[in-house]
Amino acid sequence: MIAVTDLEFRYGEEFRLNIPELSVDRGSRVAFIGPSGSGKTTLLHLLAGIVTPTAGRIAINGSEISRLDDVRRRDLRIRRIGLVFQEFELLEYLPVLDNILLPYRVHPALRLDEAVRERAVGLARDVGIGDKLRRTPERLSQGERQRVAVCRALLPEPAILLADEPTGNLDPANAAQVLDILFDYSQTRDATLVTVTHDHDLLGRFERIVDFKDFHES
Amino acid sequence: MTDVLYLAWRYVLFHRYKTSILVLSITLIAYLPIGLEVLVSQSAEELTARAASTPLLIGARGSALELVLNSLYFESASPTPMRYEQVERVAESGQASPIPLHARFRARGVPIVGTTLDYFDFRRLRVDSGRQMAVLGECVLGARAADELGAGPGGSVVSSPENVFDLAGVYPLKMRVAGVLAPTGGPDDGAVFVDLKTAWVIEGLGHGHQNLASPAASAAVLERDGNRIVANASVVEYTEIDASNLESFHFHGDRAGYPVTAVIAVPHDDKAAVILQGRYQSNDEPCQSVRPRRVMDDLLSTIFRVRGYVVAAVVLVGLSTLATAALVFLLSLRLRQREIRTIVKIGGSRRRVAAVLASEVVIVLLFSLALAGGLTLLTGWLGSAAMRAFIVSS
Repeated sequence: MIAVTDLEFRYGEEFRLNIPELSVDRGSRVAFIGPSGSGKTTLLHLLAGIVTPTAGRIAINGSEISRLDDVRRRDLRIRRIGLVFQEFELLEYLPVLDNILLPYRVHPALRLDEAVRERAVGLARDVGIGDKLRRTPERLSQGERQRVAVCRALLPEPAILLADEPTGNLDPANAAQVLDILFDYSQTRDATLVTVTHDHDLLGRFERIVDFKDFHES
Repeated sequence: MTDVLYLAWRYVLFHRYKTSILVLSITLIAYLPIGLEVLVSQSAEELTARAASTPLLIGARGSALELVLNSLYFESASPTPMRYEQVERVAESGQASPIPLHARFRARGVPIVGTTLDYFDFRRLRVDSGRQMAVLGECVLGARAADELGAGPGGSVVSSPENVFDLAGVYPLKMRVAGVLAPTGGPDDGAVFVDLKTAWVIEGLGHGHQNLASPAASAAVLERDGNRIVANASVVEYTEIDASNLESFHFHGDRAGYPVTAVIAVPHDDKAAVILQGRYQSNDEPCQSVRPRRVMDDLLSTIFRVRGYVVAAVVLVGLSTLATAALVFLLSLRLRQREIRTIVKIGGSRRRVAAVLASEVVIVLLFSLALAGGLTLLTGWLGSAAMRAFIVSS
C-alpha cells in the first residue's frame, strides 16, 4: 500500500507540488492524469525514492521511504519497486538480455544467478522478444524496446510498478500489448500498478484515476 | 566487482572505434619513450660490445664509421678496398696479428665474408654442425644465414652477381657448405664465411678452367708459345669448385695487390697498439687505423643527444594527448548523463556508476600498456638490427 500525507515538493521558485493525502491500495491499478508539468512524473520519482519531498511523508507498505537514508531508499526501490519509463532508458551498449538483467548488475543486494537468468529469458519469451536477446536496443523497434524495459522492471518481481507514460512512444497495437503485460503482472502477482498517461482511451482499464490538476501549484 | 567490470567491458566493446583510438594514442605515448630507451640502450650495448671486442681496424682512408659498420656488422656498403700487402705489413710490424676481411659480396642478400681461420678463434665462433671450411670453394654459414638460405652441411650456396647487366663483372660461384656455426646472437649469425681466396675467386681474380693442354680443349686454343697458351672464349670456366677441378684453380697477378676491405689487427699489448696506430697517422698514408670502440662511442653520443630531444618532444606530445583523452572522457560523461541517471533510477549507487566508469578507464589503460609492453618486447628483439639498418641507411 502507498500512503502519501501532506506531501510538498518544491523545485526552485517555479515548481511546487502539494498533495494533502493520497493512498493507493495493494494490487490496485491507478492512472495519474493531468496536464504536462503538473507533477505526475515528479510524484512517481518521489514514490520511487529517486527524489525526496520537501515536506510530508510517503509510506510504502508501512515503511516511510521519505525518511530513509539514500542506501536504504535504493535498497527498497530495487527490491520492491519496478520502474518503466516513456523513453525506455535502455543502455545502448548492452544486449537485450543484459539490459533486462541490469538491476542485478548495478545493485549488490540482488544476486545474479542461473535462476535469475532463466527467469529473464522466460520473461523475454513471454513478451515476444525471446529471439532477440543478443541484439542491442538500436536494432529493436520502439515496441520491442519498451518490452525490454518492462522485462527489466518486472525481473526483480516488484510489489509496486511505477510506469511513466509507458505507451507514450508506441503505436496503439504496441501500447495495448505493453499495457496487457503490465496488467497481467499486476493481476497475477497482486502488484500495485501506478501509471502516468495522457492516453484517455486507456483510462477505462484502470480502477482509479487521479487527476493532478488539483495538486499542482505554479 | 565482476558485474562492474562486465558493464565496463561491454561499453568499451560497443564503442570499439573510440576505444581503439584511445588505446592507440595511449599506447604510443607509453611506448615511444620506453621503446626508444630500450632501442637505444640495447643497440648501444650491442654495438659497443662488438666494437669493444675489436681492438684495431685498418682500412682504406675514408669514412671510419662505414669501415667499422662493414667490418664489424657486414651491413654498410663495402668500403674502398686496400691491397693485401697491408695485411702482410701488419704481420711484419711484429706489433699485432692481422685478420683480413673481404666483405663485398652477397648470396641472396646475405653477406659473404672472406677471411682466415683466425677470425673464428678471434670471435670464438664454434662449428655446430658439419665441419670447418678446409679447401677452396667451401663455406661455413652463420646460424641465421643457414636458416635464411635454407642450406646446411653438404648443401650449397651461390654468390649473387653484383650487376646482372655487367658481363665483365663478377660471376656467381657455387660454394659447398662445410658447416654451420653455433648461434651467437651477433652479426656473425647472419654471414656466409669463406676463405679469403674463395672471395678472390668470386671477385674473378682466381679461376679454374678446362685444361688447355688436353685434346678436348684443342679447338679453343688460338696460339701456343712454350708455356704460354692463348685460347678463345669457348674454354669452359668452372663456376663450382670441387675435387675434380680444384687443381685447375689458380690466381693471376701479384697477390700483394689483391683486395681486402679491412684488417682486424690484434695487438700483442697496449704499447704495440699505440705504435701500430702511430704508423697510420701520416697524411701520405693510404690507410687508416681506427679504434672501433671510439668510432661507436662518437656515433652513440650523437644518438643519445638526439634521443634526449625526441624523448622531450614525445613527453610534450604525450601530455597534450593525455589532456585531450581526459577531455574526451569528461565530455563523454556529459553525453552519458542520461545513462548514468538510468542506472541510479533503477537502484545503482553513484559509487557503482563511478566504479563502472573507472573500470572503463582501467580497461583502456591496461590494453594500452599491454600493447606498449608488447611493442617494447618486439623492440627488444628487433631493435638492434633496426638501429643498425637505420645507421647504415642514414
